[in-house]
Amino acid sequence: MNLVLSEEQEMLKKAARDLLEERCPKSFVKQMEQDDKGYSPELWEEMANLGWMGLVFPEEYGGSGMSFLDLSVLLEEVGRACLPAPLFPTVVLGGLPILDIGSEEQKRQYLPKIATGKAIFSLALIEPELGHEPKAITVEASPDGNAYVLNGTKLFVPYANVADCLLCVARTSKQEQGITIFVVDAKSPGISYTVLKTMAHDKLCEVVFEQARVPKENILGQLDKGWPEVEKTVKMCDVAKCCEIVGNLQWVLEDTVAYAKDRKQFDCPIGSFQVLQHYCADIYTCVEGARLSAYQAAWMLSNGLPCDKEIAVAKLWITEASPRIFNLAHQIHGAIGVTQEHDLHFYTTRARAIELGYDDATIYREMVAKEMELA
Amino acid sequence: MDFSFSEEQNKLRQEVCSFLQDELARGLWKPACDAWIQGYDPQFTKRVAEKGWIGLTWPEQYGGQERSFIDRLIVTEEMLRYGAPAACHWFTDRQIGGSILKYGSEEQKAEFLPKIIRGEMYVGLGMSEPEAGSDLASLKTRATEETDCYLVNGQKTWTSGAWFTNYIYLLARTDLDAPKHRGISEFIVPMDLPGISRIPMIDITGTEAWNDVFFDNVRVPKEYMIGEKNKGFYHVLEQLAYERGGMERLMGNYPLFDALIRFAKETKYNGKNLSQDTIVRHKLAQLQVEFEVGRLFMYKVAMVMDEGRAPTVEASMSKAYATTFEQHLANTAMEILGPYGLLWADSKYVPFEGLAAHSYLGSKGYSLQAGSSEILKNIIATRGLGLPTS
Repeated sequence: MNLVLSEEQEMLKKAARDLLEERCPKSFVKQMEQDDKGYSPELWEEMANLGWMGLVFPEEYGGSGMSFLDLSVLLEEVGRACLPAPLFPTVVLGGLPILDIGSEEQKRQYLPKIATGKAIFSLALIEPELGHEPKAITVEASPDGNAYVLNGTKLFVPYANVADCLLCVARTSKQEQGITIFVVDAKSPGISYTVLKTMAHDKLCEVVFEQARVPKENILGQLDKGWPEVEKTVKMCDVAKCCEIVGNLQWVLEDTVAYAKDRKQFDCPIGSFQVLQHYCADIYTCVEGARLSAYQAAWMLSNGLPCDKEIAVAKLWITEASPRIFNLAHQIHGAIGVTQEHDLHFYTTRARAIELGYDDATIYREMVAKEMELA
Repeated sequence: MDFSFSEEQNKLRQEVCSFLQDELARGLWKPACDAWIQGYDPQFTKRVAEKGWIGLTWPEQYGGQERSFIDRLIVTEEMLRYGAPAACHWFTDRQIGGSILKYGSEEQKAEFLPKIIRGEMYVGLGMSEPEAGSDLASLKTRATEETDCYLVNGQKTWTSGAWFTNYIYLLARTDLDAPKHRGISEFIVPMDLPGISRIPMIDITGTEAWNDVFFDNVRVPKEYMIGEKNKGFYHVLEQLAYERGGMERLMGNYPLFDALIRFAKETKYNGKNLSQDTIVRHKLAQLQVEFEVGRLFMYKVAMVMDEGRAPTVEASMSKAYATTFEQHLANTAMEILGPYGLLWADSKYVPFEGLAAHSYLGSKGYSLQAGSSEILKNIIATRGLGLPTS
């Protein structure tokens, strides 16, 4: 047992922090909130040059063959900086499922582009009725000659506005489990986007498919058997999101403590008041729990170990701890914290967006109950 | 980063489990909550000692095995899981031995450590006083230097197990004129010295949990002072980190958790198992999540100990967190059991031997003993986060 980062991971973390401190100040984050694309192609290229998008992919596909745990370390820094960029959807929601179940041809076609930052990917999964089971998928893909025709609406698709390709989870059979994943050229006819106005300005989109044709060879994995991969991707996504949020929460801890040391009332720093000290101690405890549980899950996933319970623990802890942290952080900051003059709001909004992710707490509570053999 | 245990550690855990299962199968004791602090069983301690599981981390020259604090945590974790009666050696193994090892003279180490490792030395804690709780440094018990001894007068309180311990760790004032933190020394005092007496204190569960211990002109040989005179307060701050940092803060009531889960699986309500009820399932799952995170906190503490550093901040965090978990566990048990949760161990209809009632009441003290949660949060804030004290 050893809970410290390797030298290589420390270097990766430092390189990420250095770049983001320079190139992703809050003024940039704010600017991107109003930007149509929601990211900077120039910064994206710099990230690609540093190998961020290719980090986790094997060298034969243009990546650098590092681990999911290494990626998690990077994502923590991304979360700390509130980086607006389609890194997460491209790598975790697009690239990793292709690596996992794509054909050799698909891997050769897509992964080098992903790894070098030449293509932006995303996942079209959630639908207006929500739900976490295969029956929630109603976007239909009907066979038509050598193609499938997609119809229906997907919601909360990150960065669909700039995506080159979407992995679209569609219904191909009346059987409940009859779900197929398609790699869809996002610019093909019959696909339209609306960027939703979210509190984190994180370019979550509505994607409407109207008679959109996708070639048969673009099926990822097997026809009608896509659901297990969806579940796997969602779990991976949730672990990665947990690590991203750890970075977010770490910033909040540091910022809040610094504020409590600096701000004076009654002629002394408010951080000397015991009530606020205890709030800070509680925040610290919550963040440590988030860090330990998130990295435990990431480490296990990275090593190919079964870890449903550990994923659930991380996700459930963070879902509860994060709002608690923000309530306390805002209380300590006082009124300035609820303005847009102070940076805290960037984190408050993004944390909520990250927490919600794909699966909610109920699913994970059930997962833990199952692991406890409660039946 | 590596969250796994080594093969050797897995083997150690397996060995401890087999030992405990065998003990249970032979009916030598029953799993109990709080057994680490209330389970008096010198024979058990002797058998644990024979296994080499006391003083596991100490140098071989005193009979230890120089194993890691993670290894020790594995041993204590399993002891707690089985609710084993380990009170005789627990305090001594956890903090007193380490303190002697760090601050004691070579003679003291040679005298005490092998005795602890053999499972023959049970040390109670003489720290708090009626007027010195969270503000420990204001203690008043005096140790006045005479030619051949220190003459001790005063009163200690909240001493666990004083009816069976053969030594007491004593913090006493040795300089009346120095600032309060700088006039305190520590001693290891045999309980059979003339002038020591005790009055038991009955806790909220009806258990004889603590004692007032009185010192009336007790002549403590000089060689029983540990470390430098008047430095005791600084030593004890470090010792407290070891006192706080163990798994007993999270798993002192594990037998209740275990029984509650089994109860939910086996009890029918409205024609189905209680464990199939969504609300019950989710309450138990929530506890499991809190438990798992607590366990990570504990292993982190052990890792800090293995770095050779007193886990002052980390143990404050793990204890403050874990005692809240214990209270949540007991409360959830009461919610699930309804009025059955109110029944004492010897009552008709009592579910799982009254563990719920015992824990519910007992757990009120967890966030007070060994540093109240408020003191612990002060430490986290000031030592851990550098917040100012004024």
